[in-house]
Amino acid sequence: MDLIRARNLTKTYKTGTTAVAGVNLKIKKGEFCFIIGASGSGKSTLMKMFYREEKPTSGEIIIGGINVGKLRNGNVYKIRRKIGIVFQDYKLLEKLTVFENVAFAVEILGEKKNEVRRKTLEALELVGLKHKIKSLPNQLSGGEQQRVAIARAIVNGPKLLLCDEPTGNLDPDTSMEIVKVLEDINSLGTTIIMATHDREIVNRLQRRVILIDEGKVAKDFTKGTYDHEVI
Amino acid sequence: MKLFRLFGRSIRDGIKSVGRNFSLSIASISCITITLIIVALAILTSYNVDNFTRLIKKDVTAVVFLKSDITDEEVSNLEKKIKEIPNVDTESIEFESKQKILEDFKDTSEVLQNIMSSWEEGENPLKPTFLVKVLDLTKLKSTVNEINKLDGVEVIKYGEGMVEKLITTFDMIERITFIVVLALIFVTAFLISNTIKLTISSRKREIEIMRLVGASNFFIRLPFIIEGLFLGLLGAIIPIAGTIYGYSFFYNSFEGKLFSPIIRLIEPSPFIYLVSIILAGIGILVGMFGSSRAVRKFLKI
Ligand SMILES: Nc1ncnc2c1ncn2[C@@H]1O[C@H](COP(=O)(O)OP(=O)(O)OP(=O)(O)O)[C@@H](O)[C@H]1O
Ligand SMILES: [Mg+2]
Repeated sequence: MDLIRARNLTKTYKTGTTAVAGVNLKIKKGEFCFIIGASGSGKSTLMKMFYREEKPTSGEIIIGGINVGKLRNGNVYKIRRKIGIVFQDYKLLEKLTVFENVAFAVEILGEKKNEVRRKTLEALELVGLKHKIKSLPNQLSGGEQQRVAIARAIVNGPKLLLCDEPTGNLDPDTSMEIVKVLEDINSLGTTIIMATHDREIVNRLQRRVILIDEGKVAKDFTKGTYDHEVI
Repeated sequence: MKLFRLFGRSIRDGIKSVGRNFSLSIASISCITITLIIVALAILTSYNVDNFTRLIKKDVTAVVFLKSDITDEEVSNLEKKIKEIPNVDTESIEFESKQKILEDFKDTSEVLQNIMSSWEEGENPLKPTFLVKVLDLTKLKSTVNEINKLDGVEVIKYGEGMVEKLITTFDMIERITFIVVLALIFVTAFLISNTIKLTISSRKREIEIMRLVGASNFFIRLPFIIEGLFLGLLGAIIPIAGTIYGYSFFYNSFEGKLFSPIIRLIEPSPFIYLVSIILAGIGILVGMFGSSRAVRKFLKI
């Protein structure tokens, strides 16, 4: 069954740049897929339309039965609760501890205190950071901070995890650790879409690879490597 | 229950945020404090002026002097005729006979008593009077003129001109303070809104992340609105204390009167508490309005 269906998805920014130009895409539940492509090819813009940070100029994007492009501003939270999102720059709150940063995402749903605690600890355990719950983000390494961000993204058990260059700021070894965490999460049933420039990761995992070029799907391999495409 | 937990969290966050953004909070609070002090002064003044006007209006009396040799029958005829004049407050009319006036005078001083006691019966040179109040003070003059035309009336005395001037002045003071207060409240709401915008832009990240993890707009806005509420309430503390202590002090040091015994100040007791409630209310509304306006900008895509 398809979790994501994009039809003719197009985004032209106010500046006149067409970042995504008629993307057709189907992604099944439980898939782990990479989105690759040159800088400025439209990967981030495509992902932004998945979580309704940008509205499509035309076309359609349906995720888990929700017509995301048609969501009104006041209803954006409905799709955000079904999707976990991870960025290159972690986006943690500096004044909150590791625990609070993750718990925050559960609290906003109005869960009971012990439920918040249970879910938070479970997520932090999954990313292997249960021993650092009292630390502040600036007391952690980049890899650890990214793991906190991942814990926050999955704490409410989303169907889909979107990662936009999650290893962009990390050294190869740490990147590999992060990807292992993502594989663990995927093996528990969460669909993962990861935009990346990291050749080694893509080649090592041998998963579906979608190559974006000038806002279009240029190639789509079910078991791809970075070397297939020659940029 | 769920909503209650969300509210609890927002209240906690709202209070925390006041402390976390301390310097900006102080800026907002001072802003509200200064405005509320001026608003308090304006309210205290205008309520008192309003009260003065009412007291003076109640007190304005035309004294109708009758001919010295008027008979009792003529007096009762005259009373009937005066009561027929439309603007006359019929219930207020009082007749004072020569004799009564004489007694009243005698009571006021010993000297007068000595002089007046030497008058013989029938020699009393005083004139009997009607004390007349009117319903509409602005028509006082024409009403007096009408009474003046009646038989048996010799002369009428009232606060010619002075009263009207005083009342128009008071009316103007009231109107000006009202406009000043309204303008101030508006200006403050915008100032607060801009100050809170500063605290919010420093928390743009926080809002962005809240949106990212799926917080609803209402939930994102709530702590900021509660923060505004607290800022407003904190800003109202000094003005309220000033009102309660300052006004009581002012009232006591003038013994409740200003210029003349007629112009009485409003008694502090329920008045200052009422004004305090109004001040707290304005503070809260201005703070909430300012912050919800400020945060709205950050909730759009
Ligand atoms: N908010 C925006 N307003 C206008 N143009 C934008 C905006 N965001 C992106 N663009 C343009 O859209 C195009 C695609 O940008 P996008 O960020 O999607 O690329 P990307 O594939 O994610 O690049 P990178 O690999 O460097 O992250 C670029 O030409 C970019 O300049
Ligand atoms: Mg990008």
